[in-house]
Amino acid sequence: MSARRLRRRIVSGTMTTLVGVLSFVAVLALVLILGHLVAKGASSLDWAFFTKNPVPAGESGGGVANAIVGTGIIVGLAGLIGLPIGIGTGLYLAEYGSGRLGWIVRFVADVLNGTPSIVVGIFAWTWLVKPMGHFSAFAGSMALAALMVPMLARTTEEMVRLVPHSLREAALALGYARWRTSLRVVARTALAGIVTGSLVGIARVAGETAPLLFTALGNLNFSTSVLEPMQTLSLQIYVYATGPFDEWHRMAWAAALVLMGLVLILAIAARWALRSRYGAAR
Amino acid sequence: MAPTAAPEPRWPILRGVNAGDRLYRGALTALALTLPLLLLAVVGELAVSAWPAIRRFGLPFLWTSVWDLVAGVFGAAPMIFGTLASSLLALVIAVPLALGVAIYLTEFAPKWLRQPVSFLVELLAAIPSVVYGLWGIFVLIPFLRTYVVPPLRATLGWTPFLSGVFYGNSLLAGSVILAIMIVPYIAAVSREVLLAVPVSQREAALGMGATRWEAVWTAVVPYGRAGLIGAGILGLGRALGETMAVTMLIGNRHDIGLSVLQPAYTMAAAIANEFSEATTDLYLSALFEVGLILFVITVAVNALARLMIWRVARGTAVGSRAL
Repeated sequence: MSARRLRRRIVSGTMTTLVGVLSFVAVLALVLILGHLVAKGASSLDWAFFTKNPVPAGESGGGVANAIVGTGIIVGLAGLIGLPIGIGTGLYLAEYGSGRLGWIVRFVADVLNGTPSIVVGIFAWTWLVKPMGHFSAFAGSMALAALMVPMLARTTEEMVRLVPHSLREAALALGYARWRTSLRVVARTALAGIVTGSLVGIARVAGETAPLLFTALGNLNFSTSVLEPMQTLSLQIYVYATGPFDEWHRMAWAAALVLMGLVLILAIAARWALRSRYGAAR
Repeated sequence: MAPTAAPEPRWPILRGVNAGDRLYRGALTALALTLPLLLLAVVGELAVSAWPAIRRFGLPFLWTSVWDLVAGVFGAAPMIFGTLASSLLALVIAVPLALGVAIYLTEFAPKWLRQPVSFLVELLAAIPSVVYGLWGIFVLIPFLRTYVVPPLRATLGWTPFLSGVFYGNSLLAGSVILAIMIVPYIAAVSREVLLAVPVSQREAALGMGATRWEAVWTAVVPYGRAGLIGAGILGLGRALGETMAVTMLIGNRHDIGLSVLQPAYTMAAAIANEFSEATTDLYLSALFEVGLILFVITVAVNALARLMIWRVARGTAVGSRAL
């Protein structure tokens, strides 16, 4: 009896340690990746890197100014298109989503959330690039918006549902119309959560590459026209990382560090926006 | 943790009295309809674009290994095989890791450690795919070559799974990077599932004299089994459609081989590599068919996962907080 009890204790202790070690391994992977990005990328970050455009293959120097600006434009435009649709869908799900259509939209959002981004890319190519006759940043933004909407819809819904009923009831009792209650009271109260969801959505598409391969395409020059091909950091990293030159690899690490920094800032801002509002509730 | 309010129809007496309300509802409904329409448009467009290839090659497209651009003969078997093999291998690596993280965070970790650790693990999901690819090329592959492949060879080298020369880009490299990428998703969903298990389950097991681990393994985990399986399937869905990192690491060779040390190909990688080079209409159509197959598989896998997770944590956007 006692030997058996000892064995059970040992198993329990071993497994407890094991799951702790596994958690450590997962965190270690993150630390390693971020560590390598800093170690291999930080030394290349200088003024020229942020202000110059790429130089022809084989030459050293140059920067990724065009890719940084391009990322901003493409992701910004994607946000302009995707945020209203995503947030509106989320509000619909929270306010009117109890019926059959609500179920369908919710399910479609969850399914689309896992759609391969490359499929969205070739879809955007057939609907936008092919009819227009040329690659464009706009097509890339549309593809990113399509990736952003499902996730945004679900987080917005969840955040709006957290708003206490008493708030709505108070507003309605004061004679507010439903739409004003929904926008001025309910959505206003859930604003921190909606902002968080939006930041997370933007962070997620900011690093996307696959949907841009056949839409924004990439551009060696500086371009701010959304109807022309445009470079982004992610596309630049892909080209540089898979290319044959050491100089390119060095630039790839630096660009990856910048992109990662951007995504991390958005992710942490998202956390912060939520924390300041709900505090320990989450 | 469960934020869901009962979605009952509210204030029926006030419904429809106001033009603004009707307009508001109409506008939101129109926005909400975008998603189903988008899904239909994607499916329809893929099917139409793939139709020439479907008509030409029929069902054998799924099990033919020829990919001959000159002769115009296409078969997707190597990509389908590579996609499934890399995703399943990734799942084998990722599930124990993610489940361990979830169990540790819900059951054993000290309170002050839970938030930071789960945040850090979820940050893994925030790393862009192309950055994983970069890291994979310059860090993971050299690591595998030096520390992982030689001992694997020494012990299991006689099996067909480890034959051939290891050049770096391989099924193994692709699977390992995929595993790291899907851990945060599986861990986040598993954690929510475990959190949804009633405390009474643990108390009952502990009250009957179970050790802490036995309580977890015999009372908590089985209770959330459907949700945990759903979490795994969700990870599988992610892995199936993952493009950039895999394209950069898997070697991109149209071939079916058992060895994990050899290059392989996935459907997503094929599209990423060859779509802009597709010179003939039939070639392009074949790639669209690959896209359609990939889409159908991922939609089916995701739908299955969602249904299983919903059974446990009904109606919540489980896992959506994982970036």
